[in-house]
Formats: sequence, C-alpha cells, structure tokens
Amino acid sequence: MVALQTCLQSLPELLNLQQELKRKQEQRKNYLAVCGDTGCTAWGSKHIKDVFQQCLEQKGLNHTTGLKFTGCLGLCESGPVVIVFPQGIFYQKVRESDIEEIVEKTLLQGEIIDRLLYQDPVSGEKIIYAGEIPFYRKQERVLLADNWSIDPSSIEDYLALDGYGALGRVLHSMSSAQVIKEIKDSRLRGRGGAGFPAGLKWQECNEMVSAQKYIICNADEGDPGAFMDRSLLEGNPHSVLEGLIIGGFAVGAAEGIIYIRAEYPTAVQKIRLAIGQAEALGLLGENILGSSFNFRIGVSVGAGAFVCGETSALVASVQGRVGEPRQKPPHLAERGYNNRPTVINNVETLANVPHIINRGAETYRLTGTKKSGGTKIFSLVGKVNNTGLVEVPLGMPLREIIFAIGGGIKGGKAFKAVQTGGPSGGCLPASMLDLPTDFDELSAAGSMMGSGGMIVMDEETCMVDLARYFLKFLNDESCGRCFTCREGLSRMLEMVEAITKGQSSMVEFELLKELAAVVKDSTMCGLGQTAANPVLSTIRYFEEEYRAHIEEGRCPAGVCRDLISFNINAELCNGCGACRRKCPAEAIEGESKTPHLIRTELCTKCGICLETCRYHAVNKL
Amino acid sequence: MINFMLNGLDVAVEKGTTLLEAARFYGIEIPTLCHNEGLSPYGACRLCLVEIGEPGKSRLVTSCTYPAQEGLQVRTHSERVVKTRKVIIELYLATCPSSKTIQDLASRYHVTRVRFRRKHDDCILCGLCIRYCNEQMQGKAIGFVNRGVERRITTPFNRKFEECRLCGGCIYICPACQARCQGPQEGSGVCNACLNLSPPCLDHFGDAMCYMDPCVACEQGRKG
Repeated sequence: MVALQTCLQSLPELLNLQQELKRKQEQRKNYLAVCGDTGCTAWGSKHIKDVFQQCLEQKGLNHTTGLKFTGCLGLCESGPVVIVFPQGIFYQKVRESDIEEIVEKTLLQGEIIDRLLYQDPVSGEKIIYAGEIPFYRKQERVLLADNWSIDPSSIEDYLALDGYGALGRVLHSMSSAQVIKEIKDSRLRGRGGAGFPAGLKWQECNEMVSAQKYIICNADEGDPGAFMDRSLLEGNPHSVLEGLIIGGFAVGAAEGIIYIRAEYPTAVQKIRLAIGQAEALGLLGENILGSSFNFRIGVSVGAGAFVCGETSALVASVQGRVGEPRQKPPHLAERGYNNRPTVINNVETLANVPHIINRGAETYRLTGTKKSGGTKIFSLVGKVNNTGLVEVPLGMPLREIIFAIGGGIKGGKAFKAVQTGGPSGGCLPASMLDLPTDFDELSAAGSMMGSGGMIVMDEETCMVDLARYFLKFLNDESCGRCFTCREGLSRMLEMVEAITKGQSSMVEFELLKELAAVVKDSTMCGLGQTAANPVLSTIRYFEEEYRAHIEEGRCPAGVCRDLISFNINAELCNGCGACRRKCPAEAIEGESKTPHLIRTELCTKCGICLETCRYHAVNKL
Repeated sequence: MINFMLNGLDVAVEKGTTLLEAARFYGIEIPTLCHNEGLSPYGACRLCLVEIGEPGKSRLVTSCTYPAQEGLQVRTHSERVVKTRKVIIELYLATCPSSKTIQDLASRYHVTRVRFRRKHDDCILCGLCIRYCNEQMQGKAIGFVNRGVERRITTPFNRKFEECRLCGGCIYICPACQARCQGPQEGSGVCNACLNLSPPCLDHFGDAMCYMDPCVACEQGRKG
C-alpha cells in the first residue's frame, strides 16, 4: 500500500509497482467474484456481497480469501452470478441462503454445489467451470476478459494485470506518429456505430495546427437494449482511461473529456473514482511518468438526449448548449470543442487501444476480418436463451452468435429476425443468418453494426409493430432541428401506426417507402439518416407481413391489437371459469360448467384468457 | 480561387464561398426557406440540397452550409435532387399550407398534389426569426424550446421580456406567417384570408405584439 501513496515519476517505478502488486495478488489466489453489474444488482448482488463479507469475517477467512465486487461477468440471464477462484467455479442465481454453504463447502472443502450450477439449455448438461460454459467458451474475450479479476474501484487490480503498461511504453519509446501508425495498422474501426478507422481519425486531428486540441470519450450509450460501454466503464474503467490518455498523446491533446449519460450513475461514480486514483499516482496530470506529456481528464454528464451521441450534438452539450447537431462540414477535427480540433472516440474503441499497443498491431489484427481488426462486444438480448454481453471476433456469422453462444431461441420457438445496430439499425431475416458481423456486410444488407445492440426476435414478433416501436423511439428523440427528420419521422410514424391498425392502403404504403427514402437521403445528422432503417429493412425482408396488415387486415404474428380477436372454442371449453375470473375487462361470460363466450365489444385483447386457459379453448385470430 | 464542377461546368469561386452562393452567382436557382444572406447558415429546411461526388458514390448535402472544394462535382438539378426536393415541398405544403411562400414554391417546382395528411401549423421552425433577433438585433429575445415534434419558438419562460424591443423583424422575415394565402375560396372566389389574419405571435406572446401599430403581420398580409 505504501507505493500507492506516491506519485510515479518514471517508467521503472511503474513497472516496480506492477510487480509488487502482482506478487501481492498471487498470495491471494482464492477469491470470490460477485457480479456487481446492473442485472445482477437488480437481483440483489450487493446484498449477497455484503453477506459474503460478513460470512468470511465470521469464519476468519477474510485475510486469505478475497472478495471482489466486479463489473459484468457476462451471463446476465442467470444473476446474481458468483465465480469462485482460482478454480473458476460458476454459480448462478445465488441467494442469501446459499452463501454459508458456498463458503463451507466450496471455499473450504472444494466441493461443488450441484443445484447452483449452470445448466446448458441446449444439452441440458450441468457445467461446473465458467470457462466451459458454451456461452463463454465460444467467445473471444479480450476487453471483457479482465472483468473477472478486477474490482473496478481498485486501481491495484488493474495495475497488477500490467495496467498502464501500454501508456508507459507509449510515453517512453514511441512518437505520436508511431502510435497512430500502430492504430492504423491494427485496422481498428470506431466502435460507436459509423466504423470510421480510428487511426485515420487520430491522424486528421494530429495534423491540424492548433494551440489546443481535445479528445472526447463518447459514453452516451443510448440504444435501447445495449450496455456494452456501460459494462466497460463499470467493469474496467482504467482500461478506458488508459486508451484515452494514449489517444490524447497521439493527437496532441492536453485535455480529455468523458461525456457520459446521466442515466449511468454507477459508471459516472466509477469513472470519477478511477480518474482520482490515476491522478494520485501521477498517471494523469503534469509530466506523466516523467515524460513531457501533460494530460487531464474531466467528466461531463449528459442530460438525457439520445441525439447527444451524435458527435456535433455531443460537443454542443459539453459546452453547455442545447444538444443539437449542426451541419457538417466543418468536421470536428477542424472545429470541435471550443472551436478547436477535437477527436471523439467511443468507449469501446478506446478500451481497445492499450491492447493494440501491448500486443502489437500485427497480432491484434489476426482477430477480425480483412478490413476491421479485433473483437466486438455485442449485447445479445431478446428471445435468446443466454442474454448478456458477448465479445466475439469481428466477422463471426450471426448464426454462431445467436445459436452457439446465445443458446438458440427461448422456449424452442422459431427464429424470425435479428435487429442489429440499435434503434436505427435494421432487421435481418433467417436467410441472412450466415452474414458475417462486420461493418460493411451489415450495411450492405440494409442494417448496420451500430454500437453493438443485437435484439433477437422469435416468430411471435410482428415486424410492423417492431418498426413502429423503433420509429416511435427515434421520433421522440429527434431534436427537431431539420425539417425532414422532425416532420418526416412523425409522418412515417403516423403511417406505420395506421398500418398496425389496419387503416392503411397500398397507395399509402408506397408513399411510406418514398418518404422513408427521402428522409434517409436528406436529413442533417446520423440520427435522421438512419432513422428510416427499421422501416426500410423490415419492408425489404418482410414485405408480405406489411401486405397482410394492409390488404387482409391481418397481423400474422398476432400482435397488433386492432387486427386480432379472441374467441372460445365451445367444444374444448369445459366452463371452468378461470378465464372469466381473470379477465380484467369482464368481457367473458358463461355459466359454470357450460362453454363460455367472449364479448368482443368489451374485450381489450390483453390475452390473459389465452394464457390462463389450460384446455387450449381460447383462440387468437 | 477554388475550381469545381457545377452541373458539368468548370467554375471558380473565392475560398469560403458556399455551394449555394456559388450556384446563385452563376445564375442557378436553388430554393431555400431557412436561408437569408444577412444571417448565418442553418441547414434546417433541407430545400437547398444538392448532390455532390461521383455518380454512384454521391450524396446529398445542404448547399447553404457546404463550402466549395477544389475539384468537387456538384449537381443542383439531378433526378435525385429534384425528386427529393419535390417530396420535401409536398411535406411543407401538408404541414403549413397557408403560407404563400410555400404555395409559391409548390407552383414553381411543379408540386401539384399533397398525399400526406394535412395539418395547419403556423410555424415551420426554420429559425430565421431567432437568428434575425440574435444576429441582427442582438436581442436574443426568442429561442427554441422542447425537442422533436414538440419544438417551438418562444420567449424565455413564455413571458414578455424587455429584451424584445418590438422591432417586428421576426415577423418581417418569417416565410410562413408573413403572407397567408389560401387561394380563391369556393363561395366568394377570392381569398381574403389576410383580412381576418390574427398575428400568430399572439398565441405565444400574450399581448406583447399588440403594442405595434400597425401590426407588421397584418401589414404584410395587406400588401400580399
């Protein structure tokens, strides 16, 4: 601990500290990793951790056994997750009542507790070790790998894993041009959505002549169902800081800003803590590690607008103005924050940087595709068995992610579509499952990589309703500055809503297509330009579903309320009355033990009767 | 000087000239609603879109904000531009049909039908009034509030403020409310909409604008 009080003045001092901490960690090989990410916290993992702490103290184990409250361990589906190290025994859905048993049996005697093990949804097999669970085994975890062994509130854990070693190397043996060349050679592309080559972006900013430059980390992750960046910030904040400092060195900036959304209070707190720790160690500030490089990092908290993820809107927001995009050019590399050259990188992009420096561009780019190197974190959600964060090499086919890692569709239902790229991404059907997940391939198929949201849908999803949902989201989030986005999206939403209500026509459907194309082509910023994607891609792959709504007044998936109705099959109904008692609208009538009847004029189509009936007598039409 | 291709012609303009200024200088007409020579470009009405780049790799950009670049290929009246522009004008017509400026645009660009549901908005949120107030009058008396479809223009906290010097410039410059025309009505054969014009500012500013005598909105209407 003595060493942490001092300010590191040189590279050897850093390396010494790393070694010292490493030795300390090795002495304490036994530790429990309790997942402290949002999913598991919602399941009560904080309490679980506290009880573990008490339990360890009671048994006098707290000096020999570590307890880490980590970032996301990945399998959010089975929270709260606890992993017992050094063996890596994976326990899921751990309750308070299990804790004593885990300490007694597993920690002290090395016994496995069968009922807490993870069961593979495909084979039904129980799996003991985390590394053997197919969900983890088929991933290639680089950025998330350290989440298992790092307590995000401790810089020691990060340093013990050679953390800030890349920064040391950069400051002492590389020039900014060499760093940029390394990043360019690695084929790292921006992970925020557009996939612009990160090295090129740095070079453009580096070449600008200006007394002051800025680098901003974009942590305004707003896509529904996506939480990659949050997990990195909450699970391994120092890796992002290290990337940001290296980025600052490469572009020639003396100030970095982390723009993070207010909806991520834990991440804000963790990153502030991490900045404080790095400052105390002299990894931020003046003459970092004895070099001539000065760098500071500030945190700017957003006020909750999706559009602020767009770079020019982000800059406006950081400067305290209304978070609205402006027309580019001039680009931010020319005129950004405070009208100075500014480069903005996504959290995940920056977290990749230390790995590139450590492993070298040649090794790094062995993973991934020819055009884009490295791994990508996806948040796999929706109707799959294993939901959570998955990190895979770029280019892995969708099928492998959804079926091999995700464990297939929940409840044995059929796969229908996968939505990639967040609200402004597109929906891809089963025929596209072998598509490699790569920036260019996904764009060509009418979707996009986006920041890495991946929402899987089964046969019970209505694609028109889905398009309506995302359109509604984007319409709510449009800043309203440019006419085609503001007015175009609200008109498109109106038209799609009319389709879900069966009040549209083929003429209007054609007009919707025409308008969607115009909106895509003519709006100011990325939000509007991609906002038509959910509509255009569902029309491209599921046009027959739109036609069924419009021409036949039928919702094939049975979702759109105005187009479905419920009735009771008199032959199957035995008059048990369960549906009648449950119906919130009191729309079901019938004498006991005689077939019941749904009064359609009262029915609100909630579907509770269908779920309630054990005799399959309720039909949805 | 910057040399570039404008509709297939080699042209040269001074550095810093926007594509809109260049096109207008060379006599090519590009419609605009949110642009005014005396105010900073805003890029919100999307009418001044032009196509830039090689065919096949081209994209649409707002000419009012895009600076002329060496060797750039610019097409102001390509099929893509004309089609897109027509849909945008149609959308304007459906949104704010009582603006004479917009009705005139429709005629000029051959927009002869409105397929979208019709609304009657007073304001197209082009922001000319705000920029006029800020940049020409240094008034900063009005600004945008809310976002998306809720967006509108008002004074701070919707109240009357001394920052507004009642110059009337905002109404003068407004393309949507300065002159209203609904065309000849079925019964009378004349429009006469201006006769009954109530200044739209009244909705937002309480009685603030009534101090102006005569009301600029009404004056503009009579002239029209």
